[in-house]
Amino acid sequence: MASSSEELKFRDPGKARALTEALAREVEAIGRSPVSVMHVCGSHEQAIARFGLRAAFPRALDVIMGPGCPVCVTDTPEVDEAVALAAQGARVCTYGDMLRLPGTSKSLADAQADGGKVEVIYSVSQAVELAKQRPAEQVVFFASGFETTAVATAAVILAGVPENFSVLSSHKYVPAAMDVVSEMEETNIEGFIAAGHAATITGWGIFEPFARRTGAPVVVAGFEPLDVLAAVVELVRLVRLKRPEVMNCYPRCVSKEGNRPALEKLWKVFDVVGGNWRGIARVPRGNLDLKPEWDHLNARRRFRIDTAAVGGAERNVLAERCICGSIMSGLAKPSDCKLFGKECRPETPVGACMVSSEGACKIWHVYGGQPDLREVA
Amino acid sequence: MAGEKVALKHGAGGRAMRALIEDVFLALASPVDGIGLAALDDGAAIRVGDRWLVITTDSHVVHPIFFPGGDIGRLSVSGTVNDLAMMGATEPLGLTCAVILEEGFPRADLERIRDSMLTASREAGAPIVTGDTKVMGRGEIDGVVLNTTGVALADRVVSDAGLRVGDRIIVTGTVGDHGMAVMTQRHQLGLQGDLRSDVAPLNGLVRAALRAGGDELVAMKDPTRGGLASVLHEMAGKAKVGIVLDEPAVPVNAEVRAACEVLGIDPLVVANEGKAVIGVRPGAADRVLAALRAHPLGRRAAVVGTAVAERPGQVILDTGLGRRLLAEPEGEPLPRIC
Repeated sequence: MASSSEELKFRDPGKARALTEALAREVEAIGRSPVSVMHVCGSHEQAIARFGLRAAFPRALDVIMGPGCPVCVTDTPEVDEAVALAAQGARVCTYGDMLRLPGTSKSLADAQADGGKVEVIYSVSQAVELAKQRPAEQVVFFASGFETTAVATAAVILAGVPENFSVLSSHKYVPAAMDVVSEMEETNIEGFIAAGHAATITGWGIFEPFARRTGAPVVVAGFEPLDVLAAVVELVRLVRLKRPEVMNCYPRCVSKEGNRPALEKLWKVFDVVGGNWRGIARVPRGNLDLKPEWDHLNARRRFRIDTAAVGGAERNVLAERCICGSIMSGLAKPSDCKLFGKECRPETPVGACMVSSEGACKIWHVYGGQPDLREVA
Repeated sequence: MAGEKVALKHGAGGRAMRALIEDVFLALASPVDGIGLAALDDGAAIRVGDRWLVITTDSHVVHPIFFPGGDIGRLSVSGTVNDLAMMGATEPLGLTCAVILEEGFPRADLERIRDSMLTASREAGAPIVTGDTKVMGRGEIDGVVLNTTGVALADRVVSDAGLRVGDRIIVTGTVGDHGMAVMTQRHQLGLQGDLRSDVAPLNGLVRAALRAGGDELVAMKDPTRGGLASVLHEMAGKAKVGIVLDEPAVPVNAEVRAACEVLGIDPLVVANEGKAVIGVRPGAADRVLAALRAHPLGRRAAVVGTAVAERPGQVILDTGLGRRLLAEPEGEPLPRIC
């Protein structure tokens, strides 16, 4: 547990004021409005929303959340696969955020209520343990998360798993989150803040080709409020100087080359493949799936998954009004959605962004619904 | 509504509970000379001559029944004494005690609970004057349920709706102690440090504040389920003002802050059983604060907020780094906290 003095080091109001003043100068020097930058991580949105940082940003600066929630971009058919496996009698293990993610007609929580064997786990090794304890069952780990959690999945596979254990991978690939936004014609994002925890694994070097190709600078940031503020200052400075560089503002955790042993494990088990991201688009290099040599552990290869049996034919009128896709692409704010905080709430989520604690709508809801209070003196 | 069932959230002190009360029980309200059921305050106040008879009732189902810093007995006396005090009635005439026990409940535990009640009632100067005992079969109730009702006379009733723009908000000490003590005990989280409930009768502390503040003490409520966040929303909503809460000024024990950070819980929504939130006119803030700090239960009292004209009914949180709205809690995150 961090001592309170360590905690305060990154939450010091005096230092925060100095940074917001520097930020105001940088934005003013650019001399137009709005200057738009994007972060692609639910934990960054949590820091910004929880500490009310948007109220301290200059009016001419938009800090937008992009598709940075791997649970939120998990597509409906992927959920259907998990629901179908549960309906077919498998014991489906997954992280808590995935439980209420809507499929075509059912979530895993619904599958559980129907009598399906669905387990919330905190670590993939718990799923392996369950498989060992229940040799007569098929135990399927419905895997979610970016490289950070994919490494953990890879590590247990490499360490050896029982024959009745398999993986339904919904892991997502970090660089794709920025690619997908920069390729959209409607967006005009001038710089990106990259997630410090994923970069701990991947290294910051992974963002250099992106910065060169798109002309947008990238700053790697940690998750305390001062980490975020310092990164935004540096990013806006690079935008002003028109320098498409990668800067590491989280050197206490992130190196250029990343965690090599972890990366070795990751690429022994996973390939980058194309896939649909919910509400956004087909993303050519968006997903991580098991390499062919692990087909015997890949639930998609191993079982005939009958998603037709769980796909509902009924139209979901509420879901049609949900604008999660636009929110995840950074084209709309949660408060732009007519369902936000009314029909769509954490207890009764309509869209994926209200389900996960990394989702923009859930975060805005938890931290007051309208974290941007720049208009209040 | 057909087929709908009561859920745990309906007893959690938040939006769902208020909706249940409004939908089901508000039909029982009838006009009274004073503050009745329709006001949904901490208790009722009925005019008797030139004084007020204040009445309140509370049932206690806390689990576990013994926790660091207190138990269900101390809680049942303190909770009712505090509900009276929050309406300005600091001299309880008497309390009732109704107990429902599960068959097989250990007699030694019952005597321990009785001793805690006796200690708390002496601290509060609130005699227990009548009671009722029932026993139910094994499995028909979980251990013990305690209900207490309190009556007191008051010269002036303080409601929770009295704030005006410019008024200051005082909290009488650290927040989050009770909820975090019960939570870590129940889940055996094994966190190190001294997490102890703050459960205590507050009528002595409130008496000191009322003497110092007089008519300039205008609103009062105890931040139990839903914590400080819930109380501020209620005060802001009833008085149709906004409240700016200065987060760094809110006293929080280091152990509570650390446990909350680890568990991802905001101390502002965690239950208290020995704290009051007091609204005062700006000129009386220093006087009331000094009186509170001179009392053993108010040493860490602090001015934490101000009523403003912007955003009526809402709470604006100043984090020291920026500002945002504070969400109204759905209710206590943990069932059976009191």
